[in-house]
Amino acid sequence: MLFNAPSPLEVKILTRRLGLPNSASIETNLANGGYKSFEKSLEMTQDQIIQEVKDSNLRGRGGAGFPTGMKWGFLPRQSPKPKYIVVNADESEPGTCKDRVLIENDPHLLIEGCLIAAQAVGAKAGYIYVRGEYRYLIDILDKAIGEAYSRGYLGKNILGRGVDFDLYTHTGAGAYECGEESALLESLEGKRGQPRIRPPFPAVAGLYQCPTVLNNVETYCAVPSIIEMGGKAWAGLGIPKAGGTKLTCLTGHVNKTGVYELPLGFPVEKMINEVGGGIRGGKKMKAFIPGGSSCPVLTGEEAWPLTMDYDSMAKAGTMLGSGGVIIMDETTDMVKAALRIMHFYAHESCGWCIPCREGTAWLKKLLTRLNQGVGTAKDVDLVGDLADNMLGKTFCPLGDAAALPTASIVRKFRHEFEAKLARTLIAVPDMANKPFVIV
Amino acid sequence: MTFSPELEAKLEKLMNSYPPGRKKSALIPMLMFTQDEVGSITPELVEEVARRIGIPTVQVDEVVTYYSMLHRKPMGKHHVQVCTNISCLLWDGDELYEHACKKLGIGHKEVTADGEFSLEEVECMGACSWAPAIQVNYDFHHHVTKEKLDEIIDSLKKLR
Repeated sequence: MLFNAPSPLEVKILTRRLGLPNSASIETNLANGGYKSFEKSLEMTQDQIIQEVKDSNLRGRGGAGFPTGMKWGFLPRQSPKPKYIVVNADESEPGTCKDRVLIENDPHLLIEGCLIAAQAVGAKAGYIYVRGEYRYLIDILDKAIGEAYSRGYLGKNILGRGVDFDLYTHTGAGAYECGEESALLESLEGKRGQPRIRPPFPAVAGLYQCPTVLNNVETYCAVPSIIEMGGKAWAGLGIPKAGGTKLTCLTGHVNKTGVYELPLGFPVEKMINEVGGGIRGGKKMKAFIPGGSSCPVLTGEEAWPLTMDYDSMAKAGTMLGSGGVIIMDETTDMVKAALRIMHFYAHESCGWCIPCREGTAWLKKLLTRLNQGVGTAKDVDLVGDLADNMLGKTFCPLGDAAALPTASIVRKFRHEFEAKLARTLIAVPDMANKPFVIV
Repeated sequence: MTFSPELEAKLEKLMNSYPPGRKKSALIPMLMFTQDEVGSITPELVEEVARRIGIPTVQVDEVVTYYSMLHRKPMGKHHVQVCTNISCLLWDGDELYEHACKKLGIGHKEVTADGEFSLEEVECMGACSWAPAIQVNYDFHHHVTKEKLDEIIDSLKKLR
């Protein structure tokens, strides 16, 4: 099922089979070019496959944006240990809902991407780690995997070519932290999803301490079209240094919210006004988050002239992230927004590193106080100080993810915090452990 | 403990999904699948899962306390989860949650007296472009208004 009408401005590469009748079935997939790239990769050497991916300038689509070809190249060529393919389908960055669209509508694209990655590094088994809430996607994937086995695309001696590859689904159980690669591996090994100290990185010591390729769903889904078109042609879809297309989730105060496949370097203004149909109610855009709630927030004025790519966003002091665009119009209460974002990170902090565990809890308390109109000017400064003190001091990026949006909201929308300051000082009840209800 | 034949088949397939000596990987999926049938993570279930995987019960407990979808307490037959995270908040997900509290007469992680419904205010569940969203058990509902929420709950009540 498609969730929203496509836009004529989309460049449909990964999503080209979406909307076809029965698009999740192997029949539709095969009739529309499915598994052709995998067959092509069987004729290529490992180096050739990795080179095409390097040429494509594909960067990790989960949020960190690490060059995929380089990541694959880090795996040792000769290894006494087995190698693994792991798919991060633990999509839980607030604002992001694209992997779900890909898996639901074209699960065979993901399987094909895994097969090519397995060819590139010599892996014999793979796991798709799906967040617990996406149970129905596991059913869809299991069905697709079954179809691929029965057609000889998975299992022993694939297509009679002497290649073996097994693919399994694995459910999570509700933890944002498991979207972080090393925490995901811990969870996949049956443990609490707490991050590992790196190095070693997963390419050397990943699942069961074996060499592992770990990428986001969309990253794997990009690989078949890279092999089909050739890396350089695929790169040409985007802009220099950022190849190809990116699934972009328009969320928040925009008329046509939805998931759209846009080339990298797409102008923000065109994305909001033409793809998204403009800001809801013709209002002004107050704030803009380019890729999930862990990115620093931009003001509307800062965001309008930018383009959607890694470098443009980095220059503006934020990140392209996961592609979860969050748009806030002029009616948005930024104190409330900051509190809601912090409520999430405080809930999801795994508790391993103190700056994150304590920092998120304190920030939530302070923001609750400010939002209730009983905070003081010192509290506003303290929020900024606490956030700055968390940055770069945790084992995984969750601490930064909590601090970055908060610090930027306080810096850019300080007047809104000041407008809510207490007129008189009164004691504030401890709200830290209560469910989030804004009063 | 014994489970339904369908679940037993599912668990057998699960146990065969991991390399030799790596059975502990099956822990979290096994807890999720068995919780769906048993209703919650009971002490007996913890022991059974530990026995099947061959690990001490404390290793099961430490996982149960970590993951938010694993519940020690039984939830309602219909577990209503309302997202109030940022993208849903911008489409008044918080008001929708409060409406659900009033409609069901219960609060966060509470169960109605008849055991039919439970409510949870949840974090982002990946429906951001179709906000506000709710999940009833594993079923997603998108662009949910207060009226639509009433309809969903009323139609589930009729199923009894």
